[in-house]
Amino acid sequence: MNADVSGNDDPRSAWFYVVPALLWTMAFFVVPFAFMAATSFASLVRRKITYTWDLGNYLEFFDKPYLLKGLFVSLEITLAVTFISVVLAYPLAWIIAERVPKRLQRAVLILAILPFWTSYVVRSYSWLLLFSSNGVINNALMGSGIISEPLQLASTTSATIIGFVHFFVMLLTLTIYSNLVQLSPNYKRAAMDLGANTFQTFWHVILPLTLPGIMVGAFLTFVLCIGDYITPQILGGNNELVLPQIIMLQLGRRADIPAAASMSIILMLVVTAVYLLCLRWLKMERT
Amino acid sequence: MSAKAVRNLNVQYIATTLSVSCLVAMSGASTVLAQEELNALVWCDHTDTALLEPFETANNVKVNVKEYEGTGAALSIIDQSRPGDWDVLVIDGIDVPRAVEEGILGEIPADALPTADFFPEVVMADNNTLDGKTYAITEKYGYNTISFDKTKVDPEDMKDMANIWSDKYMGRIAIYDYYLPVIGLTALSAGIDTADITEENMPDIRERLLAMKSASKLVGDVVSSQTALATGEVDILVGGGEWVTAVLSAEKPDLDWVIPEQGGLRWSQSIGVMADSDKQELALAFVQYITSPEAQAKLATSSCYWGMPANKLAEEHLSAEQKMALRWDDQAQYLSNSQLYPAPDIDLDDLMQDVWTEMLQN
Repeated sequence: MNADVSGNDDPRSAWFYVVPALLWTMAFFVVPFAFMAATSFASLVRRKITYTWDLGNYLEFFDKPYLLKGLFVSLEITLAVTFISVVLAYPLAWIIAERVPKRLQRAVLILAILPFWTSYVVRSYSWLLLFSSNGVINNALMGSGIISEPLQLASTTSATIIGFVHFFVMLLTLTIYSNLVQLSPNYKRAAMDLGANTFQTFWHVILPLTLPGIMVGAFLTFVLCIGDYITPQILGGNNELVLPQIIMLQLGRRADIPAAASMSIILMLVVTAVYLLCLRWLKMERT
Repeated sequence: MSAKAVRNLNVQYIATTLSVSCLVAMSGASTVLAQEELNALVWCDHTDTALLEPFETANNVKVNVKEYEGTGAALSIIDQSRPGDWDVLVIDGIDVPRAVEEGILGEIPADALPTADFFPEVVMADNNTLDGKTYAITEKYGYNTISFDKTKVDPEDMKDMANIWSDKYMGRIAIYDYYLPVIGLTALSAGIDTADITEENMPDIRERLLAMKSASKLVGDVVSSQTALATGEVDILVGGGEWVTAVLSAEKPDLDWVIPEQGGLRWSQSIGVMADSDKQELALAFVQYITSPEAQAKLATSSCYWGMPANKLAEEHLSAEQKMALRWDDQAQYLSNSQLYPAPDIDLDDLMQDVWTEMLQN
């Protein structure tokens, strides 16, 4: 049965609604992307962009280990952040959806995502106050006699990961929670009736059914995390550069837009590859 | 109330709102038309209201300032702007010839500038003039050397740059994230003058730089490296100087700086008029104002960072404490024991930036 809720089957009217979105996508994604792709094959000669069609920028990226390392550092941090965020966010979302009374769920959810309301930069700098040599953590550890010298917590990859996880746990909690509350309680009852215990019900029924929510949140986390350069800049102390930081160096220090464009394309290809890998789970509707 | 009456009220409301909006817009437009605007591409020390306001009031002009960091960023902004968008440019002294060659800076009349009142060493005619024509004027200078907390570091150790690489200060160092001064300092530590840095001796400098990175805790921009030193996160800042410690002299008297026996780097910034500015006279007036003794004192003690004024007459407008923080009385000795930033050609500059990125990544 055709499920046209508007009752209008005229394909011309469908186009009427689709065209603005297509124009928007063309103007703000396809055209800029095409321009960036073309620029990535250009080269910088005597500080002037010369439009050519060679792979020089790409070859240089893979030829210089310290540039290539940026991609690996980005992947390492992003995968760690995504994994840790999922592990922390799922129980939190489950507790809110299953254990908190319905009338309090909205309030608890607001509390959980409260840090979203502060500036991203301020949040990162706040972590710096905790992590610094004279920060809260080191002072507490030294005050209680556990350590005698301050630990290096700031300006490390771990600090970057913690800063990211703090942000993305909130995002994942939202996506997983929305998936959990949509789940009919009949699934759980049916599993229990068939003799499954609590763990088996969760493992074989609840988890697979909430996988789309997890994957959507995880993919969003991956995309946002791998493209971010502010948190690594503030918390990482320029000690191991992620790819976006290297892209910013090309723009800010060398005004080498073609090199920055080629690295951005590489970053985008990585995101596309991950999207294709996750494609089978990236749908929210349940069949 | 009937639907028609509501509709009439809505029409009246919209008409009134539009009329008021037009009047407001027109009055705003007339104000804008009456007041000229000057667009300046500057470093963060030019953004204090106290510095800009006297010029704005005297000339009935609004000075719009855009901050940037690093000449590459400035060139990129200019490249992406329309001709005439910018009227004034503040630029690293060492990069003035590059800006002139690229046609960015226009000629300014040398006799309209107060260089006779300047410290002779910072007039830097080699940088600011080309073929007998003046394109910029030095406005502020200072040093990239070693800043440190004298309660945590032996000040005597800081007089020898070799101690930066010693185990004693392992993990207690921050490096200022600007490749030219730090590569210059590293070259001085190897006995290489900044003017003698070449592609041949860069491998030696690279090794030293990577070793320095291993001994450091972080590499940071102006704000983060200054914060790291001020909060005790690190005890030493390589590439620091009065621009880091002087601005904090009241709150953090324990912060100090020194030019080690191997020497230090002298930074300078110049100001000039954009070649394609439509407001050449007004832009020149701004340059003259910035290099006047009163403005020089304000620029020297800006809220962003401090530095020595190029104009000696600024002394009259600085307090004894401010002059002490700037080490006014030591300038003769400091000027003689400091070298200018490296001035690499494009190929050497690319190599230096490659080495710098590699250092950051290790």
